[in-house]
Amino acid sequence: MESELFIEQPLSRIACFGGLYSNYLALQAAIDDALQLGCEQLFCLGDLGAFGPYPDRVFPLLQEYQVQCLQGNYDDSIGHQLDDCQCGYTDPRDNHFAKLSYDYTLAKTAEVNRDFLRSLPKLARLNMGQQRLLLCHGSPRQTNEFLWESGTSSAFLEYLCEQYHCDVLVGTHSGIKWHRHLRDGKQFLNCGVLGRPENDGRTNVWYAILSVDEQGGVQHQFRRVDYDYERLAREMRSEGLPEEFVATVLTGYWTTCLEVLPGKERLLGKH
Amino acid sequence: MLSLETVELYLLQAEQLGVKEFYFTGGEPFLNRQMVPILLRTLDFGPATVLTNGTVLKDSWLEVLANKVRTVPYGIEFRVSLDGFDPQSNDAIRGDGVFVRAMKGIAKLTAARFLPILTVTRSWPEEDDEVALERFGQALAEAGCGQARVKILPTLKMGAEVERGGGYLAEERVEPWMLEEVGKQHFVCGHSRLVSDRGVHVCPILLEEPEGLLSLGKSASLQDSLRPFPLRYGACYTCYQFGAICCNTSPVARQ
Repeated sequence: MESELFIEQPLSRIACFGGLYSNYLALQAAIDDALQLGCEQLFCLGDLGAFGPYPDRVFPLLQEYQVQCLQGNYDDSIGHQLDDCQCGYTDPRDNHFAKLSYDYTLAKTAEVNRDFLRSLPKLARLNMGQQRLLLCHGSPRQTNEFLWESGTSSAFLEYLCEQYHCDVLVGTHSGIKWHRHLRDGKQFLNCGVLGRPENDGRTNVWYAILSVDEQGGVQHQFRRVDYDYERLAREMRSEGLPEEFVATVLTGYWTTCLEVLPGKERLLGKH
Repeated sequence: MLSLETVELYLLQAEQLGVKEFYFTGGEPFLNRQMVPILLRTLDFGPATVLTNGTVLKDSWLEVLANKVRTVPYGIEFRVSLDGFDPQSNDAIRGDGVFVRAMKGIAKLTAARFLPILTVTRSWPEEDDEVALERFGQALAEAGCGQARVKILPTLKMGAEVERGGGYLAEERVEPWMLEEVGKQHFVCGHSRLVSDRGVHVCPILLEEPEGLLSLGKSASLQDSLRPFPLRYGACYTCYQFGAICCNTSPVARQ
């Protein structure tokens, strides 16, 4: 596996999808939206499985629309059939639910798809206008590193841009979208996730479109994705997934895996 | 005790080095009269975490800090340290009445819209973790602090703990294969340094080890301290087993 993918063709409009968490319904809705808005290339920044039902259903969509995928920590774990998802929970309740999700996803992911997950690169580089973009899952230095808005200094993000030679750094992993302008025209963007709502009491999910502006810089736009979340909830129940996960889909509030949330972000939720 | 002026000098150095976040520990950091100004200034540079016993917090301080947090992208985490989930177990180590005072501090933090992280050093068999957490969770909910986060920390076999439970065995050391297995970023010293009024130390656990003082005196600098450190202490083995336990998000325990 090559850990870095280089896209040689300059692009002017791309879509970045964060963790899919098996939410094939949201993925289809996001693909439709991105193509309608003229995106030339679609990217998924990793964590294709987890949380949702029927993990194999995202793969045909990713292939049909030639979505360029990166490897998240979950993909590394499922691909290599590791013991856990590598999210690093220490809280027993979070670990309990993380294990339920992981065991289900591992059991339901076909071998051919596990092979695909193993083959994915961890980073992708491309040029947009005059800007060098680096796409990653958590951070370029560590796939499962959480970069929260309230927990990450601008100095650190500027350090990452310098160390990894990029102007725009794009990640996902934490599950909540955010953006920050940095010194010297550099930027960090967390594109959000398609897999579950972002703990704000709304049922929609998010992705990001990046496009070249008139000055050759890169602008971002967060895109709200509404999808048939009630169908997803029904399918989760029929697959025997925990009612706590279903509640997240139906209410927009996270009920599990809360340990990693910094206080500022967690206080925006209900649990 | 660090002054605001000294902290500012190190914050500027840290910014140059791309430091991600800042932690304040003690003793009790809030016994430093400049602690609130220090935290306010720190929030201009990045997120802050304070490790406190929670017993001396004042509402007026928390109000000032909460107002600042609303105006910057960063947050403050308060880690309130305990040695047990009830007055009996905690106060046996920390002193009479400390548990109740700490719980009052937790309530103050909650009222000020902070979400404390309660760190409790395990003084019971590991298999009892779930029961202990549930019991404490109920007590927190009854006190109106149900969203507070709880982390159980392993015991470091140092200081007074050597007398209580014994020190590290000779074989409890980090071997080269262990370092290769987890990588240097797994250890506190792989990504952090500690500043005191004596200089720059390798980590908070080895504060009293002369070898751990990597840059000393008035001209001490973070840059000078960025050299590899031999992982030959028993505490380094705990760091291997449990990751950087001083950090808010630490890797999974490893047996």
